[in-house]
Amino acid sequence: MILKGLLYAESHEWVKVTDHEGYVGISDYAQHSLGDVVFIELPKVGQTIKKGEMFGAVESVKAASDLYLPITGKILEVNTKLEDSPELLNEDPYGNWIVKVEILDAKELDSLLTADKYVSCCEE
Amino acid sequence: MKKTALYEKHLELNAKMIEYAGFEMPVSYVGITEEHLAVRTQMGIFDVSHMGEFVVTGEQSLSFVNHLVTNIITEDPSKVTYALMCDEKGFVVDDLLVYVIKPTRILLVVNAGNMEKDFDWVVKQSKTFDVEIANKSYDFSQIAVQGPNAVKHINQIVGQDVRDLKFMTFTVVPYQDLHIIVSRTGYTGEDGFEIYAKNYLISQLWDDSVKAGAIPCGLGSRDTLRFEANLPLYGHEISESINPVEAGLNFAIKLDKSFIGRDALVLYKEQPKRKVVGIELLERNIPRHGYEVYANETLVGHITTGYLLPNVTTPIACALVDIRYAKIGTELFVQIRKNKVPAKVRNRKFYIKNYIK
Repeated sequence: MILKGLLYAESHEWVKVTDHEGYVGISDYAQHSLGDVVFIELPKVGQTIKKGEMFGAVESVKAASDLYLPITGKILEVNTKLEDSPELLNEDPYGNWIVKVEILDAKELDSLLTADKYVSCCEE
Repeated sequence: MKKTALYEKHLELNAKMIEYAGFEMPVSYVGITEEHLAVRTQMGIFDVSHMGEFVVTGEQSLSFVNHLVTNIITEDPSKVTYALMCDEKGFVVDDLLVYVIKPTRILLVVNAGNMEKDFDWVVKQSKTFDVEIANKSYDFSQIAVQGPNAVKHINQIVGQDVRDLKFMTFTVVPYQDLHIIVSRTGYTGEDGFEIYAKNYLISQLWDDSVKAGAIPCGLGSRDTLRFEANLPLYGHEISESINPVEAGLNFAIKLDKSFIGRDALVLYKEQPKRKVVGIELLERNIPRHGYEVYANETLVGHITTGYLLPNVTTPIACALVDIRYAKIGTELFVQIRKNKVPAKVRNRKFYIKNYIK
């Protein structure tokens, strides 16, 4: 399932934009290919992370998958609820954001994919 | 890619398939956690047909296999023996199970990923013995029925009363128009059975196991279960560059007999340099194979296997470390992505095995 209205990165993160802030999570495709998520590593609040750089990781029993920030941003908040209940990413990947960032370069949003275009990244 | 005789069953069950040792194998069906717990509390079934089988025949079979492997192989016709094949330097060519069907007919069960290399090795070592080696890997399939309920259902699966088998023993029983090997062994730390049969017989054995309640389990849970039970995996705790003394497998190394690599292992035992130890993380994270292990700023080893296991809150691992840092309680760090996560050395008894001896 690909939610309309969000922007997507080829590395399977989504961004929901509100004013100068963005919420970032992982797509349904990402949670499904990973399997049961048992651990999440979150970044420190206050850090600035560049577009395409690693900001954390989600892990299933078998595999670790790095998380890449789709846009340059300053980490404003992390979803600490996921530390105790990482399985929420399986249950509702679009309802559970991972980090909230201050968008530092709005132009970068143009390079992200709409839901319609992201579909092709999820075909095998 | 190679396929086992049960390939179609896996597809029908909608398994997540991966490439493993050249085979297209199921990594999980419903989820690793559920499958892991099914084996711990009920009964699971694994397709392990990718494993290699060699048959040694001839007058000198027994003395040849004793020359080849680290453990003592006796004439006892019901015993299954875990052993290692080492090279002259004491490094591990493979670990294997040895079934003495007769003193002149011995079955060696080896890892799929090593099968071709192993066959060349075994043939090469056999030159001075009156034996013949046959590679039967593509003729035989194998399933493992594992878990506390396995003994309640094994008779209806194989059609014979085999409940009296003791742990690490086997029997050959008639099945349809042929014979199969039923062995009270496994790679999970639970009670259970492994069944070897000709390829065309295995579907029926699989179906009857599932009918009896066995939950299909993939290679994912096979690895979490064997790790939790502290059973080594080739390429992780043992390898071409890790010897079995380092891996802590002394129970399977009999230095008072002669075998390939013995002298190197004797020397190594006197002056050990590295050891596979248990590790637990002091913070929640997952220590995985290959991650570096530090004592302060010094690199002292690497993780061989690690998991955050189902129903276990502490992340645990095995690590191959410099012997100076192998003492229980030693404070170490595991490099996980950008962070050095604090850890300490512990014993490797992650789980109390439930074998019926």
